[in-house]
Amino acid sequence: MERLIQYVLTGLSAGSLYALVALGIVLVYRSTRVLNFAHGDVATFGTFVAFALAMERYPFAVAFPVALVAGSLVAVLFYFAVLVPAQRQGANLLGQVILTLGLALILQGGIVYRWGAEPDRFPFPLSDSRTWKLGPIFVSELSLGTFAAGLVGSALLYLLVQKTRLGLAMRATSENLAAAQTLGIPTRRVLAFAWAVAAALGVVAGVFLASALLLDPFFMLDPFLKAFAAAVLGGLNSLPGAIAGGLILGVAESLTGAYLTIQFKNTLAFVVIIVVLLIRPEGLLGHEFKERV
Amino acid sequence: MDLVETYREDLRFARKRTTWVLLGVLLAALLWLPWVAHPSWLVRLSLIALYAIGVMGQNLLIGYAGLISFGQAGFLAIGAYAFGHLRLLGVPFLLALAGAGAAAGVAGLLVGFPSLRLKGPYLAIATLGFGIAVYQVFANSEVLSGGRSGLAVPKLQPAWGLSHEAYVYYVYLALLLGFTVLTYNLVSSYVGRAFVAIRDSEIAAEVMGVNLTRYKLLAFAISSFYTGVHGGLFAQFLSHLEPQTFNVAESLTLFVAVIVGGLASVEGSIFGATFVILVPTLLSEYRWFVPMLFGFAILMVLIFEPLGLAGRWLKTRLYFQLWPFR
Repeated sequence: MERLIQYVLTGLSAGSLYALVALGIVLVYRSTRVLNFAHGDVATFGTFVAFALAMERYPFAVAFPVALVAGSLVAVLFYFAVLVPAQRQGANLLGQVILTLGLALILQGGIVYRWGAEPDRFPFPLSDSRTWKLGPIFVSELSLGTFAAGLVGSALLYLLVQKTRLGLAMRATSENLAAAQTLGIPTRRVLAFAWAVAAALGVVAGVFLASALLLDPFFMLDPFLKAFAAAVLGGLNSLPGAIAGGLILGVAESLTGAYLTIQFKNTLAFVVIIVVLLIRPEGLLGHEFKERV
Repeated sequence: MDLVETYREDLRFARKRTTWVLLGVLLAALLWLPWVAHPSWLVRLSLIALYAIGVMGQNLLIGYAGLISFGQAGFLAIGAYAFGHLRLLGVPFLLALAGAGAAAGVAGLLVGFPSLRLKGPYLAIATLGFGIAVYQVFANSEVLSGGRSGLAVPKLQPAWGLSHEAYVYYVYLALLLGFTVLTYNLVSSYVGRAFVAIRDSEIAAEVMGVNLTRYKLLAFAISSFYTGVHGGLFAQFLSHLEPQTFNVAESLTLFVAVIVGGLASVEGSIFGATFVILVPTLLSEYRWFVPMLFGFAILMVLIFEPLGLAGRWLKTRLYFQLWPFR
């Protein structure tokens, strides 16, 4: 029983990071209908900015916000400089996916050029080895912090989307772009803001992941793909779905690794994608009409 | 005058005699190459030839049928390992190659089933998941991947007194030629037109009597057959297989090749394969720059020349046909 709780806790901590990344993917998808394949690389970029600042002996309280802003800036820049012109030219879905892939490749190359491909240890105020004992269960400082970050990030996003005027504008824009424009909502700026928020969520997840793993230019690929699986599981256009999907995936992965097979732990996410898409393509909490052939 | 009077005539591969002569000259030059070129160039050209086959397959799926797949590395791995194991069992080269294609084709059918209900982004994700799942199965299963030391594939024995590089080059060139002719025939047949019809409008295609289920599955099966053959040839080329070869980057490279070469174009597939092979070899001093260049290339292609290198090629040809008028 203690083992089970221990594994569930580990899973929740990993899952909250998946949820953060998945929230970014869903936020962008449901507002601009673009699957952002560069999401992981934007997060990597932000994390490397934080890393570079920390190496320059800036305190973490400075490095972290700067990294968030840097990641958001890249996303906004990409939105205005590449995506908007392309959409004006009537780029189709394939075209937009290609554009984000292009951004991903460019960021990857840039990161490898600037910071090299060797893994580094990320200096982080919370430690992995300091643990607390709650009854029979051990909780490390880092995994607790990770879980808290996931919770706080999700809660802030919830407040933003549901309780502010800006959030209302975001919801209106994603619901019906033309109607939102008619009502005087500056949709382009709202969408750019959605990209920025998504990127910032990604960078938060990136910073926490980098301190749990090692930091190298490709460290976000795996979490990014798993977050994709989580987003699909929860429903690609549902924000609560992304959180639920992330947490479920994290716990399921941890339990699979513990009780079934450690080798195929990482494959689970992709099996989940395929099975969900086959059985319920709209995901647990999403709404999208089904295609029948 | 150059009048096209029937549809059949329009579909003809090369209408003018000059085109046939130029093609003949090109082929003769390629056949003559082993006598003048450095062996390293033969190796590069063999690599381009085998990539071109895979890119053609991917182009059939993305460019013609309009189904996005990011799981090519999975089919590639299935083809490569099927080929490797068949070769180790002593199956002759061509038969093993057919086996590799067939194995990947069956996998393609299995992946094709979700494609019946999934559209656009969902399909891209599902195939991406498939590709990575296959990679991880191979990475974690020693029986399939040959364990820690990898799978060694027996080398081709050169015939007719040729050097190994020249022999491989000729074999791969012949296969590329065969697949090019096959693809041209395929895309100008009923099947190819059905693919294009599905890409442009599923409903219209269905109304015109195209069986969506059958042709979507067929698109997946054919494309992954090509990719399986590509995998087999790649296995023979590397003569040593490790699962790490077939990661997401490999899928992306094939995708870049399709986009840069030109969607829905057979010669574009060859251009695209040339691009993704030659650029990294020419820039071997600046490895970090390659992904960036690929990224910029697909952005530029999408914004300025949506038809890719094939579109450029078409415009160049038109320019010379009309010269000195424009």
